[in-house]
Amino acid sequence: MLLPAPDAAVIGRRDELAEALRRILPRASVLTGEDERRPYESDGLTAYRQMPLLVALPETTAQVAAVLKVCARFGAKVVPRGAGTSLSGGALPLGDGVLLGMAKFNRILEVDYDNRSVVAQPGVANLAITRAVEARGFYYAPDPSSQVVCSIGGNVAENAGGVHCLKYGMTTNNVLGVEAVLMSGEVIRVGGKHLDAGGYDILGVLTGSEGLLAVITEVTVRILRRPETARALLIGFASVEAAGECVARIIAAGIIPGGMELMDKPAVHAAEAFTHAGYPLDAEAILIVELDGTPVEAEELSERVGDIAGAVGATSVRASASDAERLTFWKGRKAAFPAVGRIAPDYYCMDGTIPRRKLPEVLTRVGELSKKYALGVANVFHAGDGNLHPLILYDANKPGELARAEEFGADILRLCVKVGGVLTGEHGVGVEKRDLMPEMFGEADLAQQQRLKCAFDAEGALNPGKVFPTLHRCAELGRVHVHRGETRFSDLPRF
Amino acid sequence: MLRPATAAETQEALTDAWASATTLEVRAGGSKSALGRDAPAAVVLDVSALSGIVDYDPAELVVTALAATPLASIKAALAERNQHLAFEPPDYAALLGSDGAATLGGTLAANLSGSRRIGAGAARDHFLGLRAVSGRGEEFKSGGRVVKNVTGYDLAKLLAGSFGTLAVLTEVTLKVLPAPEDACTVIVHGQTPAKAVQWLTQLTQTSLDISGLAHLPAALTANSHVSAVRDTGNATVVRLEGIASSVAARLQVLRDRWLADAGHGHETSVLDVEETRDLWREITDGRLLPRTGVIWKISVPPADGTMVAERIARQLHSDILFDWAGGLLWVAVQGDSAQEGVVREACRDCGGHATLVRASAAERRRCPVFQPQPPALAALSRRIKDAFDPNGILNPGRMAV
Repeated sequence: MLLPAPDAAVIGRRDELAEALRRILPRASVLTGEDERRPYESDGLTAYRQMPLLVALPETTAQVAAVLKVCARFGAKVVPRGAGTSLSGGALPLGDGVLLGMAKFNRILEVDYDNRSVVAQPGVANLAITRAVEARGFYYAPDPSSQVVCSIGGNVAENAGGVHCLKYGMTTNNVLGVEAVLMSGEVIRVGGKHLDAGGYDILGVLTGSEGLLAVITEVTVRILRRPETARALLIGFASVEAAGECVARIIAAGIIPGGMELMDKPAVHAAEAFTHAGYPLDAEAILIVELDGTPVEAEELSERVGDIAGAVGATSVRASASDAERLTFWKGRKAAFPAVGRIAPDYYCMDGTIPRRKLPEVLTRVGELSKKYALGVANVFHAGDGNLHPLILYDANKPGELARAEEFGADILRLCVKVGGVLTGEHGVGVEKRDLMPEMFGEADLAQQQRLKCAFDAEGALNPGKVFPTLHRCAELGRVHVHRGETRFSDLPRF
Repeated sequence: MLRPATAAETQEALTDAWASATTLEVRAGGSKSALGRDAPAAVVLDVSALSGIVDYDPAELVVTALAATPLASIKAALAERNQHLAFEPPDYAALLGSDGAATLGGTLAANLSGSRRIGAGAARDHFLGLRAVSGRGEEFKSGGRVVKNVTGYDLAKLLAGSFGTLAVLTEVTLKVLPAPEDACTVIVHGQTPAKAVQWLTQLTQTSLDISGLAHLPAALTANSHVSAVRDTGNATVVRLEGIASSVAARLQVLRDRWLADAGHGHETSVLDVEETRDLWREITDGRLLPRTGVIWKISVPPADGTMVAERIARQLHSDILFDWAGGLLWVAVQGDSAQEGVVREACRDCGGHATLVRASAAERRRCPVFQPQPPALAALSRRIKDAFDPNGILNPGRMAV
């Protein structure tokens, strides 16, 4: 993995930079000691570690602006971090960069039911927003599996998803406005409690920009009234093909389930052993289909889905008779990652999206790759939106296994692109999939994206080394024909 | 006039224009040529030949089409498979006095959505991927053909609502959804706007999943072709959509629990599925608005809608239609003057933005059509424009930048 060459001049001025930051922040909010910095050396992609030059923990927008200005003056790079749950290394520190921790921005600022919105600081946990409004029957829809801890600011930066995206959208479809600070220290506000933009949709492009364009300091999200009822069906199939056919027919019948999750046999067995959710262990694949809405709607649609399942030869169909049973069906799926963590010392979670009809073909090919790399794999699939999460099983203590798992993963993502899909459905590119970007995008595509980056951050100081396989200076991008590979990177040590 | 037949010819045309710094007015169907600042360019780039569906697989819930495909063709193709564009794309041709046909690309470039926007999202929320040519004459793509994707910056969002000032769309991919099986509309007659918006606000906080919440002033109901609405005084309208059993059940709840709150003594009526379709088409397309005079479209926090409307009504002879449960104000001002000062002052302290949708070319040169931005945001927008179109050849001056 190549990251930008460490800037020896900045590293040499570390103490001076720390002092400058301590004139802005309380002394305890600038961390320089090795033990203090250690918790920040990695995010959810734990295979990569790097100690930051130092850590700054601002708590006001004015402090963020001042910190960015100081960093710009020193020529120091900045890596923003929310709760540090990124699965793509989006918050991986730089040895010559300031890690900007946003955890102190932890307050919900306003709940506004009349405008169906919540204004929150970026360090507020995703689930905390739902907790703040659930007494009145509302919730915040995107529900990434890390929602107990992941921050709403990080959700905006990564355009986080979850299991209800097909019906309720991703973060980008549920954010109404943000306040953000540019690397220049300028503060901008875009969107708000109203809809749409009066100029370019800067909110839309900040969402999912992986911390490369601006630092989010406030977020306004829309909240939804929770559907009156939800019913879930747990359906077993003798083949992945039959499960895939069932998904296609549900959608062809005009039904958009609130959630529709597919698990293959290894994932079912791991989840069942861990949670005892009552999954059929003889099935080659299971589907969990959740229908929500009014009671009559949930009832009628679950009957229709049950009929479709029967027509494609499902081996078992169970409909939840109570909310407790519905949550039991989900328990296994929601615990699938830790459950897989129990059957192998380590796992590597992939995140491609594919056209749904390609699922059987892709899973067959993933099975072949599993044999080739001699590593096990369990598959969970957001069947509604085509987002596939193969979990590659490996043992980091065995020499070469991590490298093999990464090669296996890269092959899976190339396969996703080849069948008409994309590299990442919800985890982001980060450092993890950065070098695979040319699989999906040509030179002109990437150059245009980097020109946009230059409009926000001309010096390339915000989160460099993420998303783009090759860093260009903005001046180079001014030319019509872009030349590649002129910037040298050094190796990042890997543990 | 340049009339490229393919994306490759579009790229050639733009490369030439970039090299010679020739400004271009990008046009497809021309139905929205009068929308935006009046800023004529040297040459018209007519991309209307880039038309046709490239790929439509109903089971994948996506459609890919060349950018200038008429909206009507897309809608017809989707309807054959009981699907639709959930953001309810409007057709402003009648509103803007044009005989042009609205296209998919034009709808996205203006990020136009209808009444369902409040729940289903805007055009930009359904815009999954694109091919386009920048002001450098470079063809690029962004996004993909799947509904869930975070690979790279979301340039579809940025190009949506950029009015052709950043790049020329050549091919677009959108998310499609099943069309509702059934629908009905409940009308409450004779409410005041303030009372109506208050009631609609309450309804948005229920689990009735209402897909349209609007209030039509008496003067504008005269323009409706739906007999239960025409000339019946102020009409507050609420749309329910979904499977038949669900629509019926929610209609019952609305009658039992909520109509009493709408105010005593108000007559109510219910529209069937055809009348519902016709009425919301009229609302979404702006067909209830007068054929003459100035039109503003104002997006504000829904709970502020009444206040903004009252401020405007105090100073201007105007008719105001509320959509999006009070969050969208269509303001029809009598006379030729845009009255920009009054309108912008009315929504100054509540956030949101006002767009001058219809006015004479002279008025659209004299005052900003789009919401003026604070300096840091305006400067950023300028840099974004330069990142895509450094020579300023694409629709120069059509937006603020």
